[in-house]
Amino acid sequence: MSFIQVVGLNHSYGERIILEDINLKIHEGSTFALIGPTGAGKTTLLRLIGLLEKLGSGKIYYNGTDVTKSNDLRLKVRRRIAFVLQKPQVFNLSVYDNVACGLRWRGVKKGKIDEKVHHILEMVGLESYKKKNARTLSGGEAQRVALARAMVVEPEVLLLDEPTANLDPNTAAKVEQLISYVVEQNHTTIIMSTHDMSQGQQLADRIGVIINGKIVQVGDAKQIFRLPEHKEVANFVGMQNMIGGRVCQNSKGVAVVDIGNSLIETVSDSPVGQEVYVGIRPEDITIALSNHKSSARNCFFGKVSQVTSQGPVSQVEVDCGFLLVALVTNLSLEDLDLRIGKEVYASFKATRVHLIKRR
Amino acid sequence: MTEIWRGFIKAIELIVSLDAEVLEIAGRTLRISLTSTLLASIICIPLGSLIHFRNFFGKRMLINIIQTLFSIPTVIVGLFVFVLFSRAGVLGDLGLMFTPTTMVIAQVILISPILIGLTISAFSAIDKAIVDTAISLGANGFQTALVVLRESRYAILSAVIMGFGRAISELGAAMMVGGNIRGFTRIITTAISLETAKGQLELSIALGMILLSLALVINIILNRLQQR
Ligand SMILES: Nc1ncnc2c1ncn2[C@@H]1O[C@H](COP(=O)(O)OP(=O)(O)OP(=O)(O)O)[C@@H](O)[C@H]1O
Ligand SMILES: [Mg+2]
Repeated sequence: MSFIQVVGLNHSYGERIILEDINLKIHEGSTFALIGPTGAGKTTLLRLIGLLEKLGSGKIYYNGTDVTKSNDLRLKVRRRIAFVLQKPQVFNLSVYDNVACGLRWRGVKKGKIDEKVHHILEMVGLESYKKKNARTLSGGEAQRVALARAMVVEPEVLLLDEPTANLDPNTAAKVEQLISYVVEQNHTTIIMSTHDMSQGQQLADRIGVIINGKIVQVGDAKQIFRLPEHKEVANFVGMQNMIGGRVCQNSKGVAVVDIGNSLIETVSDSPVGQEVYVGIRPEDITIALSNHKSSARNCFFGKVSQVTSQGPVSQVEVDCGFLLVALVTNLSLEDLDLRIGKEVYASFKATRVHLIKRR
Repeated sequence: MTEIWRGFIKAIELIVSLDAEVLEIAGRTLRISLTSTLLASIICIPLGSLIHFRNFFGKRMLINIIQTLFSIPTVIVGLFVFVLFSRAGVLGDLGLMFTPTTMVIAQVILISPILIGLTISAFSAIDKAIVDTAISLGANGFQTALVVLRESRYAILSAVIMGFGRAISELGAAMMVGGNIRGFTRIITTAISLETAKGQLELSIALGMILLSLALVINIILNRLQQR
């Protein structure tokens, strides 16, 4: 049995079902990321796993023991977990006392507390702040206090709810480093939630996608980002092109999908007759003014129907009888002089097309 | 007018010369009110947290009643304690009528609603996330309650001082159950009431000034606390 196992968990607030039939297995010393759109239920699931709330139904096992029943057991298990809340709150005390709380509650000796608090404050770079009232800290500093406060008890399990959501990129990077460091040093099992897909990719061994209260896919970063199993997951991880169709031909692993007015070739063993969605990431589509140079299997003629700037890149929508969205650097945007109405060729390789079964 | 003026001058003389009777009355007043505030705090702060942290049927109603009792008339408390401790009363055999003890009991009853009610509001003002944070860091129920108490310490202290203010300035109950016995149960408010009735303004004014300065000090401390 895995270190942490969630079985058939359901939870509602009032009449509203928030989480439905959640099943998870998390291995000791691994980092698991929950990703999903806002309101999907990430925080709620973390709160339940962290035993902050009683669950509606289902079971949560730590080390093979069901911890949802007895209150004494809950406290005992809770003391092996530390949880950094989404909006961290500091106590109206000095930074030192904030960080020392968890140790004091566990009855750690004074000298030992002093040693550990100093060590962790040094690690998060707040040593010189230890006498300051934590209420006077900036958001990023408070976040680091919250992290230090959780890590100082050397928990077996660290739950992090969007640990870098309120931080600027630099500070976020530091916090991410800190998290990796903790995993290496203490072999801590981490469950974190995040909106930030690159963070999930970087830190997590496994990723669970939660949408509308259901875990729709669990896998490593490559599986989630390249091979989403559901339309919703594909959508969430940025596979913006999703075209409905049906496999009309398949020879030696090259399938042809009929999408109504065009045919798309893809590397897949989907059988003929299978209803599918054709998924293509916008960064995998190339835009050109002629179709001579393209070696790609799929090449479609169309007209630019929309251009939206996204900082260093632009999103270009091409109407080829069906809509395709491509990402183009601003440089090529100028070179190709892409404007609405411009006639172009959109191409992509058969290996870059991902089929999702329609159900 | 000259009579009042003379009374005023005389009053200042009484205070500056540390008049024995003035000191004695002021001292007893402080003793009785501090005792009742301390006792009421020991009872009411835990009681308030119990009400706040427990969910039970009629909780809202109870809080409403407690808030209504903030302004319970002092004479009603006096009457209640009188009925309880008078010779024919339930606790009459204790022989506590017209002693400082009954005055303390009356004051405790008088300020308990304020202390309980303000403790509950102080706790309610603490973000639910603080409770979650404490629990998430491994606090048990008691430790969590202590965290909330510590986070609301300034508001609780304000409540205690408000209670003290009401205790020290009330007249009705002290008169009814203390009896204003000279050298035994006479306190500032009862003394002012009696001396004024007798036309001896200087002692009244002197004691009045002391009471006002106490009120001023209390207010300054309260303001300081509330700015935290
Ligand atoms: N205490 C509560 N009472 C009622 N509804 C709640 C409560 N907490 C959360 N919800 C609802 O449950 C749903 C899931 O909330 P949750 O906070 O778990 O989402 P999330 O995935 O963490 O979102 P975000 O990414 O915005 O943090 C939301 O629709 C929210 O409104
Ligand atoms: Mg959340």
